Amino acid sequence: LSRIGDELYLEPTESGLSLRAVNSSRSGFASFLFAPLFFQLYEPGSAGPETELFRCKVHMKSFLGIFRSLPSLEKSVGKCLILLKPRASRLVLQLHCKYGVTKTHNLAFQECERLQAVFDTQSCTSHLCAPARLLAEAVVHFPPTLAEVTLRTGPGGKISLRNYVEDEAGESCRVRGGPPPHLGVPPSPPPIPFPPPEPSKMMVTELWLAEDEFQSVAVAPGSHITFCLKEFRGLLSFAEASNLPLTIHFDEPGRPVIFTLDDTVLEVHLVLATLSDLQSSSHSPSTNGVSHLPVPSDDFADDLESYMVAMETSEGGSERPPSPTFPLRTPRPAQSELEEKEEEEEEGAVPGTPPHKKFRSLFFGSVMTPGRPGPATTQEVLAEDSEGES
Amino acid sequence: MPFSAQPPASGERYALSASLDNARHLSSLLRAVHFQDHATCLATASGLRVTVEDAKCIQANAFIQAEIFQEFSVQEESVMFRISLSVLLDCLTIFGTSSLPGTSTALRMCYHGYGYPLMLFLEEGGVVTVCKINTQEPDELLDFDFCSTKVVNKIILQSEGLREAFAELDMTSEVLQITMSPDKPYFRLSTFGNAGSAHLDYPRDSDLMEAFHCSQTQTNRYKISLLKPSTKALALSCKVSIRTDAQGFLSLQYMIRNEDGQICFVEYYCCPDENITEAEL
Repeated sequence: LSRIGDELYLEPTESGLSLRAVNSSRSGFASFLFAPLFFQLYEPGSAGPETELFRCKVHMKSFLGIFRSLPSLEKSVGKCLILLKPRASRLVLQLHCKYGVTKTHNLAFQECERLQAVFDTQSCTSHLCAPARLLAEAVVHFPPTLAEVTLRTGPGGKISLRNYVEDEAGESCRVRGGPPPHLGVPPSPPPIPFPPPEPSKMMVTELWLAEDEFQSVAVAPGSHITFCLKEFRGLLSFAEASNLPLTIHFDEPGRPVIFTLDDTVLEVHLVLATLSDLQSSSHSPSTNGVSHLPVPSDDFADDLESYMVAMETSEGGSERPPSPTFPLRTPRPAQSELEEKEEEEEEGAVPGTPPHKKFRSLFFGSVMTPGRPGPATTQEVLAEDSEGES
Repeated sequence: MPFSAQPPASGERYALSASLDNARHLSSLLRAVHFQDHATCLATASGLRVTVEDAKCIQANAFIQAEIFQEFSVQEESVMFRISLSVLLDCLTIFGTSSLPGTSTALRMCYHGYGYPLMLFLEEGGVVTVCKINTQEPDELLDFDFCSTKVVNKIILQSEGLREAFAELDMTSEVLQITMSPDKPYFRLSTFGNAGSAHLDYPRDSDLMEAFHCSQTQTNRYKISLLKPSTKALALSCKVSIRTDAQGFLSLQYMIRNEDGQICFVEYYCCPDENITEAEL
């Protein structure tokens, strides 16, 4: 979880203790649900009709600091007690170690809203299940600094993993000349043209896996997704260590990819945004019960516009999102950040220029302008951005 | 191997002269008290004592008994001087700090007397190094007046149990709070850092506890930055004795066994922290 975000969200529920994290750009979310059976004792506390079960978030570093040295912990710690004391504003972690020594940590926490990503593994068109070791061995071929990787279903049922490089020259030129991206924002001047990096100069690594190496394959042919490798690696090392098979649920580019690990006492989900495909022609919005609002032009700020479904009081309202009052970053800085971070050659890019790499919002589509139809991309809006756009 | 080369003859006797087959016996102990640049050395017939102080609040002493040396002679009743501990350590470890089995640096130490530099002759594998370190007027040392009759609480623990705890102390906490009590929690180390508070409890019946003599419940706070250097002494030691007196002064005594199985001691004395605010427990 620490590979994803800086804060650890703890949410005790009836079905277990959920530990969650989200990354700063809201394009990655992970949750670990530990069933009550995982624990020797599990008391989530009582939730009255008015109140909900208490939840909080703590700094990841503070929490991890307690479990600093794993090998010594395994040797010396007998059991760990976790207590949430709302009135004292403390999360208590007590480690019972050998020789009768007790280590008690009282961590300060912050109250928080429920952190929940909207996703549905059932609605994904493709599913792959593989032992974690297979994927770990595959991923080891890519440099540790690699940001994104593309998973592709190829001919003969083979699955490939390829490091993601800049789009082809033609692609980037095409986007640069695109129409003005945002409503309410004056159209940016035409971007300073410069030659995109030559694909032939980038090292490309591609790895093919045969269908029979997977435990189960149910994929739509010719599909592909590109997602952030760094965040995935975190989950992969956990899966390898716990020897659990990893299931990948994905759909079209732009739709989030969901990685799951299932065990009798543990359920893990990692949801990552995927790169939207510029070449994708208009698809009909997928029907998973969310609102269908017409989508404006494809190089809209559906990029790092990620709206968390911070369900404040309306639980499970994934179908009908509440009015957006959740804290968000304005898409504009998100875009420029994405640009600066991943496309160093684009120093001259004018903020507001649609970057030609776009990560689809994880949970929601782009900011909507009703009445502005355009080539529909597969993006549904589940909530509108309250800041900066209207 | 005994060092055989003779220091330049001066015809006079040295105020202090000592020989040590394995300089590591001295250097490792000095490192355990090296948290300030300067130290005061006191040589008496019983051995060498090296004292380091800081902020008028903390004092560390390293004791190397005369028996540890192959030769140890002090002409007057006592010889005392101030010297740069950093330079002394650099010289003692001039042949490197890695301890390969079988190789050791032999040391001969000579001090003429007041105003003269400390001469070190170090030899390893036939190579000889001569060092002359200037000495200064010794400082007046703090006297914690910590004698066994004034001790209120005393615990002797196996160092193994404390090593990890001290190494992992939350340094964002300004103080280390030590609670010693005949009742629960018996012996508790607490820190109050940015993330929150942390308590480490050692029960009186723990296997680590070699002796437990607590007559009164005492809770004292000490500046963590002052005590952190004691971790080095703890790492070298096999046992540690923790004592407090009525005023809350802390005495930590570390029993260190060197490579040859000989016993040496390092002790740390610390004043309790005066500026304490309400404890966040």
